[in-house]
Amino acid sequence: MQSLLDQLIESTSWLQGLPVGLVYAAGMVIACNLVLVYASALAGETVWLERRVSGRMQARIGPNRVGPQGLLQFLADGLKLLGKEDIVPKTADKPIFLIAPIIVFVGAFAAFAVVPFGHYLVAADMNVGIFLVLSLTSIEVVGIIMAGWASNSKWAILGAMREVAQMVSYELPLGLAALSIVVLAGTMNLSEIVYQQEGWFWNWYVFRGPFAFVAFFAFFVSALAALKRAPFDLPEAESELVAGFHTEYTGFRFAVFFLAEYAAMILFSMVTAILFLGGWSPGFDIDLSGPLSRWIGALILFGKTIALLFVMIWVRWTLPRFRIDRVMYLCYKVLLPVSVVCVVGMAIQVLLAMTVFGGRANAFGTWLMGGG
Amino acid sequence: MAERGPDLRSGGEPEGAVEIHERQEAVGRDLRTEEMVFNMGPQHPATHGVLRVAVRTDGEHVRALQPHVGNIHRCAEKIGESLPYYQWIPYLDRMDYLAAICNEHVGCMAIERLGGIEVPERAEYIRVIVAEVQRILSHLMAIGVYGLDLGAFTPFLHQFRERERGMDLLDHISGGRLLYHYIRIGGVKRDLSQDWLDELDAWTSEVERRMPEYNTLLLHNRVFQERTFRVGIIDRDTGVRWGVTGPGLRAAGVDWDCRRDAPYSIYDRFDFEVPYGASDIGGVLGDCFQRHWIRVREIEESLKIIRQAREQMPEGPVMGRVPKGFKPPAGEVYIRGENPRGELACYMVSAGKSDKAWRARCRGPSFSNIACITEIAEGQLIADLVAIIGSLDIVLGEVDR
Repeated sequence: MQSLLDQLIESTSWLQGLPVGLVYAAGMVIACNLVLVYASALAGETVWLERRVSGRMQARIGPNRVGPQGLLQFLADGLKLLGKEDIVPKTADKPIFLIAPIIVFVGAFAAFAVVPFGHYLVAADMNVGIFLVLSLTSIEVVGIIMAGWASNSKWAILGAMREVAQMVSYELPLGLAALSIVVLAGTMNLSEIVYQQEGWFWNWYVFRGPFAFVAFFAFFVSALAALKRAPFDLPEAESELVAGFHTEYTGFRFAVFFLAEYAAMILFSMVTAILFLGGWSPGFDIDLSGPLSRWIGALILFGKTIALLFVMIWVRWTLPRFRIDRVMYLCYKVLLPVSVVCVVGMAIQVLLAMTVFGGRANAFGTWLMGGG
Repeated sequence: MAERGPDLRSGGEPEGAVEIHERQEAVGRDLRTEEMVFNMGPQHPATHGVLRVAVRTDGEHVRALQPHVGNIHRCAEKIGESLPYYQWIPYLDRMDYLAAICNEHVGCMAIERLGGIEVPERAEYIRVIVAEVQRILSHLMAIGVYGLDLGAFTPFLHQFRERERGMDLLDHISGGRLLYHYIRIGGVKRDLSQDWLDELDAWTSEVERRMPEYNTLLLHNRVFQERTFRVGIIDRDTGVRWGVTGPGLRAAGVDWDCRRDAPYSIYDRFDFEVPYGASDIGGVLGDCFQRHWIRVREIEESLKIIRQAREQMPEGPVMGRVPKGFKPPAGEVYIRGENPRGELACYMVSAGKSDKAWRARCRGPSFSNIACITEIAEGQLIADLVAIIGSLDIVLGEVDR
């Protein structure tokens, strides 16, 4: 597999004269910055999307003044928050209080590096893609606990406590549901997973057998819990804990938490689309690997991401919040067994495909075993 | 000022928390744990105003709690003793600001009884209609805000759509959107026009049409039911002991509604049901879910009353004969009426030969209703505490008066 950078180096003569390490380093910096800008802008627009969609659902309009249809609202909000006083409570643990938002931000945005936006459109095409995504998003939790603890506010501590309790319950089903796709695909490389799903829409992993189908829902629900989205927004439960772990944060530090939350939303929507819904594959047999058509693929993935984001927003503005014991119940007694069954069932499915259904020798066997 | 925050109930552990306590001790042998004292409010999104609840928690569990009231005490009763009778009515509006007309109704009835003033027939009907409109508005707010407390934002904003039209109705006849000063001593301020009554009909059918929408979002929602079933149980005994009234008492299984059992005004002329006890949807008698369900049912019954009153309403004057310098003879009255939140009672003493009351006092439902949380919220989770406060539907303006 070749990255965009490799192609560029091969085709550009003067780049070949430079030291390889330097070119790669510069290329990575540029690529990461592009991804960061893309993800930030997308996160900002997701805020707008959430506000417009929730406005529609609640018989009101939502922001429509800044820019066309209010699309630039997030810039205005960001500027406003930049102008706010940056308050650090007197009793707070200052260094931890100050770096907590940065850790949350890094955790949410770093994972974008391994997410392919389209053919070759990936900053770092790693073999441990899913693994990295799940680990980096767990770092976010550390930042949240630090924020809650360092604020030295009772509401914030309670929010952090809830986040810990919630994390230990959703991490398991989330990881296991992703694992069942890894078993099917035989790889953790996100680009590779999409290549295996190209072609007609029944090649999408969500449609390959009952276990993948169930794993899709287990993954999505666990992702909602991981994102602290309603109905799992207990760590920041507005009506119970005032604002939970970020009660004491103001100005741009608050904005960073806010942006990281939406960036994580996009990340999980994109990863769900890649793992289960065929990534940039449009659902019919068409080649999207050309230098121009890969951008069409990127748009298709973008569309799928938006669709999943819409579902998240829809759920949030429809359901009341779960209670902490119900979250535990759901994660441990429902999602965890279901995802364990998915992993085991998927392993059996791949095994059967290889032995009984003839493996790669026939189309059905190939369909059933994916890349496993 | 004395230390009021952490100083909760002295001594004895609450009964409900015994089991938690044992677990706590088991944990405490290996791990040092601490109880935290929270000040929930006066600035908190879910305390419905400026209620302050001092909560002693063990992690997420509420071990003991004490509500502190009085943050917006405005001397509403003392003002009643220093102003002429008719000038006190607007102050009654401001007690329970979500049920202003119902307050006026009870206050005016007390003053009228004191002075022996007759109210014309048509005015009585108008009073009932506007009071029931007010009850629907108040219950819509209670239902929506309850959703908000539990984390469901949407029903809260949806109910404003119906509430807006209802408030416009009252705006047309009184000039105010929230505080009306419409019911006066001896009658009401203005007569109802035919246009207004047509608009009323349109609004009542609109509310009826929209109710299933709210019930889908809340009443029949699995997550909502899980949050409210078996939470904050006020049983019959507790309810009576703490003087809980209104939907809280009826949800506890007590079949009591002032409008039917101690009829005032002309409520004995209407045919309506008093919902009480447990719904057949689930949960147990007296939990948060039943209180919500009672409110939903009461909206339906209020619609019935409005329609009947509209049919029966006679023509005639809307203002009785009130003497110019109104000075009721010496005497005392105690009048009670069914507010959306429970029984509002007005006690007035006239010393005679004065246009001011010698003593004016109100018994507010929210005040008695909130008192019982010390008992029912112990041993519950913090999330449940929010659910309980929301289900009691208190208005702090009336708790503190």
